Amino acid sequence: MNRFILPVAVFLGLAALLYIGVRHSPGKNDMPSALIGKPAPAFELPVLGETSRKFSTHEFAGKPWVLNVWGTWCVACREEHEDLMKIAAQKRVPIVGLSYKDDDAAATDWLNQLGNPYTVVAVDKEGRTAINFGVYGAPETFLIDAAGLVQYRLAGPMTPEIWQREFLSRIGGGGPR
Amino acid sequence: MMRSWKPAAHGAWLALLLAAGALAVDTTVLPDPKLQERYEALTHELRCMQCMNNNIADSPVGLASDLRRDVQEQLLAGKSDDEIRASMVRRYGNVILFTPPVKDPSSFWVWLLPALAALGGLLIGVRVVRQRARLVAQDDSPVDAEEPRR
Repeated sequence: MNRFILPVAVFLGLAALLYIGVRHSPGKNDMPSALIGKPAPAFELPVLGETSRKFSTHEFAGKPWVLNVWGTWCVACREEHEDLMKIAAQKRVPIVGLSYKDDDAAATDWLNQLGNPYTVVAVDKEGRTAINFGVYGAPETFLIDAAGLVQYRLAGPMTPEIWQREFLSRIGGGGPR
Repeated sequence: MMRSWKPAAHGAWLALLLAAGALAVDTTVLPDPKLQERYEALTHELRCMQCMNNNIADSPVGLASDLRRDVQEQLLAGKSDDEIRASMVRRYGNVILFTPPVKDPSSFWVWLLPALAALGGLLIGVRVVRQRARLVAQDDSPVDAEEPRR
């Protein structure tokens, strides 16, 4: 009997380890961002539809804001659009759109047809700014606090529940209700 | 027999190599062969975050080509391999490295567990062999006595 104890123990140990591994394996969508608690990368990019104007992250220095990475080629972005419109209507924080590797005309059409939830849309044609934010797909939404630090990153479509739970709770008091 | 087999195998390898060449995603050529070598090494050890189990050299998605461009630009700007790796980790975390750092608490177990498992296996193996050896040493019955009954 004794000689079975070790193999059985090893087997059970391995089984438990693999079970935990499978149950807790992070999906692609919940990998933690490396930027949490770090300064949001500063950028200056052309504004969609306004060729002469550039948007700079300095414009929001000292107040919290949200960066939403989107593209008209991205199905999940279409999915979250209505919720973004509702969130924008609350006017809690400015939402900056990052038009990620997209065609400007297509992006403009999309906003004209579906409504524009963004305070301003910055155009990241080559995806350089997105890389600096560690973006690996769209949509992704970042919450940047008044100190310019990234407080939260959502990979995947926004929902009212996530907005309430993860974003509003971190923005806290202040700002119009 | 060997003669007819070998050329066939060579042919197969050649076909595979040609196929690999035809499928190569990345055809970037840097001006300096030294840089080219480092470029290829780096792009093979960075994970394409969109298609988790591919490296950025082999992945055809847009993000991988953006990251390749980034590696290329940093190389041309004179950055060291470590600086380039660090810049990737700063943006994407250790996940982007196929060989995460040993000393980091988040990836320490990735390195330690296989070594522990191998050591455990070895100990069990040694134990089993020793036990068997003892069994044989204790067994005085003549081997031949069993044979006729089979």
